[in-house]
Amino acid sequence: MAEERERVIKELISSGIERAIAEEIARDFTVSELSVSREELLAAGIVDRYADDILCMLGIELAGEVKPCDIEAQVNATPLPDKLKSELKSKLRVVRRLLTRDKLNTILKRVIGEYEAARVDPREAVGIVAAQSIGEPGTQMTLRTFHYAGVGAIYITLGLPRIIEIVDARKKPSTPAMKVRLQPEYASDRRKAEMLAMEIEETHIKDVCRVESSADDMCILVSLNNRELEKRGITRAAVEDRIKSLDMPVDMDEDKIKIYTKNKSYHELLRLEERISNMLVKGIEGIRRAIVRKGSEGEYMIYTEGSALKKVAKIEGVDFSRTTTNNIAEIAEVLGIEAARNAIIDEMISTLEEQGLDVDVRHVTLIADAMTVDGEVKQIGRHGLAGEKTSVLSRAAFEVTVDNLLEAAIHGEVDELRGVTENVIVGQPIRLGTGAVELVARSHMMQ
Amino acid sequence: MRTKRIKAIKFGLLSPKEIRKMSAAKVITADTYGEDGFPIETGLVNQRLGVIDPGLRCKTCGGRMGECPGHFGHIELAAPVIHVGYAKLIHKILSATCRRCGRLLLSEPAKQEYLAKIEEQKEKQADINEVVKQVFKEASKNEVCMYCGDYFSIDSEGLEEDLDKSSVSSELRERIEDRGFSVSKNAILHREIDPERLFRWGDVPGRDNKQLIEFLVRDFELTWVKKAKISKKDDNTVVISAGAKTLELSLSSRRDCVRLNFEGGRSYELPVKKEGMALFVYSYRWVITDTDKVYILKRGWDKLLIYCGERQKRIKYEKPTTYKEIEEDGRERRLMPTDVRERLERIPDEDVEVLGMDPANARPEWMVLTVLPVPPVTARPSITLESGQRSEDDLTHKLVDIIRINQRFMENRDAGAPQLIIEDLWELLQYHVSTYFDNEIQGIPPARHRSGRPLKTMAQRLKGKEGRFRGSLSGKRVNFSARTVISPDPDIGIDEVGVPVDVAKELTITVNVTERNLEAMRELVRNGKNHPGANYAIRPDGRRLKLMESNYETLASELDIGWKVERHLIDGDIVLFNRQPSLHRLSIMAHYVRVMPGRTFRLNPAVCPPYNADYDGDEMNLHVLQTEEARAEAKILMEVQRNIISPRFGRPIVGGIHDYITGLFMLTWGDKRFSKEEALDILRNIDFDELGEPAGIGEDGQPYWTGKQIFSVILPEGLNQEFRGKVCRKCTEQGLICRKEDCPNEAYVHIKNGRLISGVIDEMAIGSFKGMIIDRIYRKLGDSTAKEFISKASRLAINYILLAGFSFGISDEDIPEEGKEQIRDEVIKEAEEKVKRLIMAYEAEELEALPGRTLEETLELLIMQELGRARDEAGEIAGRYLGIENPGVLMARSGARGSILNLTQMAACVGQQSVRGERIMRGYHGRTLPHFKPGDRSADARGFVRSSFKDGLSPTEYFFHAMGGREALVDTAVRTSQSGYFQRRLINALQDLEVKYDGTVRETRDTVVQFMYGEDGVDPAKSVGGKSVDIDEILREEIGVV
Repeated sequence: MAEERERVIKELISSGIERAIAEEIARDFTVSELSVSREELLAAGIVDRYADDILCMLGIELAGEVKPCDIEAQVNATPLPDKLKSELKSKLRVVRRLLTRDKLNTILKRVIGEYEAARVDPREAVGIVAAQSIGEPGTQMTLRTFHYAGVGAIYITLGLPRIIEIVDARKKPSTPAMKVRLQPEYASDRRKAEMLAMEIEETHIKDVCRVESSADDMCILVSLNNRELEKRGITRAAVEDRIKSLDMPVDMDEDKIKIYTKNKSYHELLRLEERISNMLVKGIEGIRRAIVRKGSEGEYMIYTEGSALKKVAKIEGVDFSRTTTNNIAEIAEVLGIEAARNAIIDEMISTLEEQGLDVDVRHVTLIADAMTVDGEVKQIGRHGLAGEKTSVLSRAAFEVTVDNLLEAAIHGEVDELRGVTENVIVGQPIRLGTGAVELVARSHMMQ
Repeated sequence: MRTKRIKAIKFGLLSPKEIRKMSAAKVITADTYGEDGFPIETGLVNQRLGVIDPGLRCKTCGGRMGECPGHFGHIELAAPVIHVGYAKLIHKILSATCRRCGRLLLSEPAKQEYLAKIEEQKEKQADINEVVKQVFKEASKNEVCMYCGDYFSIDSEGLEEDLDKSSVSSELRERIEDRGFSVSKNAILHREIDPERLFRWGDVPGRDNKQLIEFLVRDFELTWVKKAKISKKDDNTVVISAGAKTLELSLSSRRDCVRLNFEGGRSYELPVKKEGMALFVYSYRWVITDTDKVYILKRGWDKLLIYCGERQKRIKYEKPTTYKEIEEDGRERRLMPTDVRERLERIPDEDVEVLGMDPANARPEWMVLTVLPVPPVTARPSITLESGQRSEDDLTHKLVDIIRINQRFMENRDAGAPQLIIEDLWELLQYHVSTYFDNEIQGIPPARHRSGRPLKTMAQRLKGKEGRFRGSLSGKRVNFSARTVISPDPDIGIDEVGVPVDVAKELTITVNVTERNLEAMRELVRNGKNHPGANYAIRPDGRRLKLMESNYETLASELDIGWKVERHLIDGDIVLFNRQPSLHRLSIMAHYVRVMPGRTFRLNPAVCPPYNADYDGDEMNLHVLQTEEARAEAKILMEVQRNIISPRFGRPIVGGIHDYITGLFMLTWGDKRFSKEEALDILRNIDFDELGEPAGIGEDGQPYWTGKQIFSVILPEGLNQEFRGKVCRKCTEQGLICRKEDCPNEAYVHIKNGRLISGVIDEMAIGSFKGMIIDRIYRKLGDSTAKEFISKASRLAINYILLAGFSFGISDEDIPEEGKEQIRDEVIKEAEEKVKRLIMAYEAEELEALPGRTLEETLELLIMQELGRARDEAGEIAGRYLGIENPGVLMARSGARGSILNLTQMAACVGQQSVRGERIMRGYHGRTLPHFKPGDRSADARGFVRSSFKDGLSPTEYFFHAMGGREALVDTAVRTSQSGYFQRRLINALQDLEVKYDGTVRETRDTVVQFMYGEDGVDPAKSVGGKSVDIDEILREEIGVV
């Protein structure tokens, strides 16, 4: 049975039907059963536009029309990039009934022609164009941090400071934050999502108890606030356990816990008070706030202030595959360099978009790729890409001129003058764009 | 002409030999000019070092000023001095090498390993510093030299207990001394783990067998194990056996040692260290530390194997150039540069390589200078002041100091002066040489000029923005350029630039005289200084003749083929036009010259956006191209029309602004009718074929043309387009049906075969950054058509706006009293009431905090929200009273200038002022100004400006507004500097990336950065707003649907 279904699905997909639809059809029909009329198909609840495709697939000729499989096959045969191919396919499929073979051919030819015309020229200095395209709107960006997603949500660094932060490959952003997506059962239930948020948000003893120091009997008084405890779903035992882990003489009372100092010094007392106040009873360290919000697709998710990707992954109910953070170094560490590259692109684009700036993705991808080629996230600047250049002159012209020259001498470095700055410095044409090619006139054409 | 190309530049240190070899003169006199005013023979401006005075000839090469590049000289230093730039490195090298034999303090295998690593890095063209750092770190840890010591052995019988002591027992000492070595009474003994690990426990039996056997043979002389079989008995036991002989290795239960159980009950313990999951077996050794020697004792079978090596002393580095060796007892002994140099000399070439240095080009001892090169005078020219006095360059001053002290040092030494004086002079010499290289060294006072200004020496010349690298090599001052204020001229094309005659007469282009242009050139020479003329004529022998009124005629007749003429700039010449900051490539574009009267550069306002220029006093630069190649390149790559589309987002960046949009908006809006005369007047200086049939006959019986028709005249034929303009109310988004051509706002622009059927022309149609029509024309009909269209559109817009008239004055911000009342008494009052209620609720602790916010934050947020809404409402009311006919509203709606918010602030209510994104909180304790009560949180007290700009602000409001304004000002200032540096870094990091012929993006090392540029190989500048192909468009054209 299952085998049969797989076969149906496979065949349907190969003739250009989307997987989701194919699966649905396969639930109702087997291959042999599919030799039915159009009406029957429609009656079975199959969407109108797919009915034809199915009949087509079964070899029932729809006179003169282009079959979905033709679109599939012909588009696949073009030398276009995959993204363009799938866009083209889906758009052609919609208008399939208006197509003829010839029309399809002319359309494909035009698409290929226009694609080829839009290709970059070899020797194009794409790096400079990318740098300019990101740098030029820099002056138009704001310097301040704003909130995110309306009232009451989390503050996030935006604008130029954020872009600089990304490009600097900082270990920790100034405002780390996560967007935690949830498993379906949590995502649809606000209460459950809120419970989860509580699970994530760090709760210190001072949040649920009153902590005082008493100089009279040299002890710390922790009085539990039952309302807060209940609100945050913390048991009294949990607090007690945490305090016991201090390994200090403790006196447990009805609603008060007394912790005695060992050396009976005021200094120790104050330090202990501080320490107890900041003990974690619940949540993940570093997550200062976790707020439940409804996402654009109607699912609840958790926005956090502070980031701890690895720890959040282990929490039941979190859909880790869709959970992100704005800390790129953390992504590189947890998910690897490719993920970090994508994170750089996403973060940059969303920051630019938020500022209402239009920058082509290609520029952003180039920067992200340049930052991550070597398998680690490298800064754009003296301690990263610019500092690791092969050319002595280029490094010297950027920053720390003297040190670079002294070091180059010691290492006996050779500058092969392959880059831009080096050649400008020695007064030669640069080896990019038109500077990279030479023009030779053929003598017989001169007449 | 084939020019030579520099292939590579090699860097290295100058050896004393090389310095002497390249020297043209030995400098010994600490002076420049003698009393007779001539340079001193052996002085610093020695004529053998090059010439800087016109008329003189170089005594080395015979060249004249300008021909002779200058020649180096040298100073023989009386005593070696440290090169400050390498002082730190010298310290590291001294610490890493043996004080006696100079060898690097690493074992031979370790050296080989590091060398291989360095080679590998070099192969990858990567940084070797990390490896070298490791070498220094490891080497300086070693306290004993393993190259200049001796190996011997002593009988170990009966010494077992002696080895557990912390001092050397007399028995042990005797046995060592028997072998001819001495151990002092103070020597200390201790046991430690030999840093060299033996093998990994898990890898025996296995790949570490060899190490184990080697160790057993070396330390226990068990030669039989070489042929033995090694097997594992269980996890904790390994057995080595050959015939009858067996040896058992067992791991202790605590996994901290391995016991070697020999036959006959003897056993020996080896320490085990856990590193991660792996267990590594080590061996013990004993170390006797004596004052100048170190003995390392290893256990043999019946013997102690002893190595006696030179004991290293710690070297202390005192900034900037002092080294001290620390003796056993803590005393410090200064290492003079001579000592340092001797030590560095002893380091063999092989070891130098391990330190990452290239011994052929940089021997370590060359970091201690014995000879100082004297740069040619051309590198440090003196200037003659108006008084006729010569003023020497800073470097010359510094060199004078060096020579003076150098001479004094020699004299004193020869006279046998006391050591103290010699050392002082040495120190002084070091100071001068140090500051000669770098005058900003920490810890020493900078050398100063007589006037008290710190001298600019070597490092200062190179460093920083104005330094040699950034200031004179990466960027230079150029000839053939002009700069002046820009002003608008809508009547010139977007690819033209109006050049003042005065400028055109100064800037020249060199033209070769040929038979084809001989007559024309003669005419130019005849005109001479008068505009279409020339400034110089160049004879075939290269002599430049200045044109003067006296020689116009003679030169014109003499002019012949083979001459060159430096002619004035004329109409049609291609020039580069630039406005700083040059943030992107569109900041420099090629324009065609239009020579005109006046003193400013004229520029079509449609090209302002790419330059980010306006006419409030902006200046721009103009560069005249001097070679045919440059002109060709400028034409093909840099013409304005080639750059209409911005590579940043793939849409037009050139387009209408301000009045252009207003003009066209008014022209095409509604049903405007024009008589033939009016129509032709609007189209006056525009090239067009025909006006077309009139739209109808008016009431007066005359035919009339509509505004849309007039606009259609400049649209190229065959243009088809449909889009929604800026005025679109986004009906579809609100679930309403778009009425397309029947849109009441005329938002649906429909162009059919070059005719505007419906819709009004606004920012979306021809504005910069948006410019749908420009975009379409550019793609469908080419850049020249697009250029023509923009040029025509600018004329059309201006013609119409001149005719129709357009102004915006203070009275245009007036709204009737009833409107004002509505705003004041309803909207704002209500909002203030609400704020009051909120504050009351807060004070009564009835306010519910928003999730994750404190009560106070919640209150602030709610107040801000409320007041923001009040302002918007006020704006809406104002907008209603002003009406669409109001020029302000018209400009905002069409996208020409300003926004509804600006109008709101002018006419209705300025709204909340903020500092750091919050209502204004700062000022006095608990209040912002003394006009309010402490703790007042009301709208007024926290910077809400209820007045409009038109009405005027109250004193408190004015002050709050100034606070917000100040923040914005500071913000801009900070932002420009930040983003400037940000862009410099970006450019520097990415400038070498290039698309190769195979479509990959690579950098200078040929490392692939992207396998296909942008993942699809499409140039954003050729894309359709980022998309490679507009499929919808093709489908629409081919089958007529979307």
